[in-house]
Amino acid sequence: MSSTATPTLRRTPLFDRHVAAGAKLVDFAGWEMPVYYGGPPALIQEHMAVREACGIFDVSHMGEIETSGPGSPALLQRLLSNDVAKIAPGGAQYSVLCREDGGVLDDLFTYRLDVDRYLTITNAANHVQDLAWFNAHAIDVPDVEVHDRIDEWAMLAVQGPLAREIVQAISDSPLPARMRAEPRRVAGAEVLVCGTGYTGEDGVELLCAPEHAAALWDEIVRRGATPAGLGARDTLRLEVCFHLYGNDLSVERGPIEAGLGWCCKEDTSFIGSDAVRAVRERGPAERLVAFAIDGPGIARQGNPVAGGGEVTSGTLSPCLQTGIGLAYVPAERAATGTQLQIDVRGKMRPAVVKDKPLYRKDA
Amino acid sequence: MAQASYPAELLYHPEHDWARIEDDGSGLATLGITWYAQDSLGEVVFFEAPALGTMLTKDEPYTEVESVKAVSDVVAPLSGEVVEVNQALAENPATINEDPYGEGWLVKVRLSDPSEREALLDAASYMATLAG
Repeated sequence: MSSTATPTLRRTPLFDRHVAAGAKLVDFAGWEMPVYYGGPPALIQEHMAVREACGIFDVSHMGEIETSGPGSPALLQRLLSNDVAKIAPGGAQYSVLCREDGGVLDDLFTYRLDVDRYLTITNAANHVQDLAWFNAHAIDVPDVEVHDRIDEWAMLAVQGPLAREIVQAISDSPLPARMRAEPRRVAGAEVLVCGTGYTGEDGVELLCAPEHAAALWDEIVRRGATPAGLGARDTLRLEVCFHLYGNDLSVERGPIEAGLGWCCKEDTSFIGSDAVRAVRERGPAERLVAFAIDGPGIARQGNPVAGGGEVTSGTLSPCLQTGIGLAYVPAERAATGTQLQIDVRGKMRPAVVKDKPLYRKDA
Repeated sequence: MAQASYPAELLYHPEHDWARIEDDGSGLATLGITWYAQDSLGEVVFFEAPALGTMLTKDEPYTEVESVKAVSDVVAPLSGEVVEVNQALAENPATINEDPYGEGWLVKVRLSDPSEREALLDAASYMATLAG
């Protein structure tokens, strides 16, 4: 139960803000990060604040890789599963990074900052490995530079039905639309404002220089955003069935199995495209499904599914008030409505395969 | 409850459990988890009580409490047979957070070896283990 922080953990520019707000801090991929703020009901309160109003998350632990030069589209097209040529300047795109065998190395958002300049956001735990992968393949592509930008950017996610209104009030011009990423002056600082998020709510993600992060955080909190930790970030994303790398994605499985075929464009010949095409054509042996527990109990990562498969993410849904999760199951048992039995620490819990997302705003 | 508290009339197990032993010679004790345990775990969202008649062995896990984020074993501070469980927690498990020493009790047991109490800590000794 203890989460004693060691001095070797990295800290974001907002660390002092987290401590002052009474954050419960945990080691997350080598970073000392807030899981929630204050006492026990906090996680659920933060979750509901994002669903009903506005929450602000420090996600500065996430990494950034900048790819620039005339060769950058060619390199990214080789590395990323999606069709990079479809990203207009100021656009954003989701993709996965695959090995030759189709195993997923990371899932990533890429923003096109300029004609020949892209910024790719990495998961904290994968950043060093992703950067090495980018550099190793950049050798084969002329006129491209790869730069590690993890120390140059802090990142705040402002999410919820009131998020845009709050950030708009301190921005010098209208905020970019969903899936757009453009520079703005926000509370006096140069900020890359991205119409993206990981909660299923409208909102923006803000990338800024680390020295501006605290003032930006303070101003957005002052205007009504609730500081929210990684705990709520996880329950929010799971209710809307967004993948978490290390849980629902790994090198052991490919994007088709994970339900990410929509962001794989094999005709672009990305690394792993042959393997992905083969799985798509013959059909995957297993699929990632969303489930809800039918009755009491909460399934957790690693719980086996009777008849094959395993839970990769599981929690109690604060909005649905039931156990929910994602699990890989044999493809023939992946249809909506299929009854599953999940072995939750020795107790068999009935569950039902559900449509994604599990939580819908207007439901 | 928001502030840490460790009532002086209870006995404590270092795995963050408390026991209230009846002083009427009945050999009954009420068990629960400490303020520290519930605070570390977060809001309790699921608790399934053990069956009546379950035999508890001191220092061994006998049930689980779950928050949104985690599952935590609950260790028996004393040995005995479960004679009553807190049914209200099935509907309102967060009572364990709100009132860990009162309405948030977990089970009542008939002690099989009352002398085991000698191994438990008083409030001051338990609090000292938290300071480390």
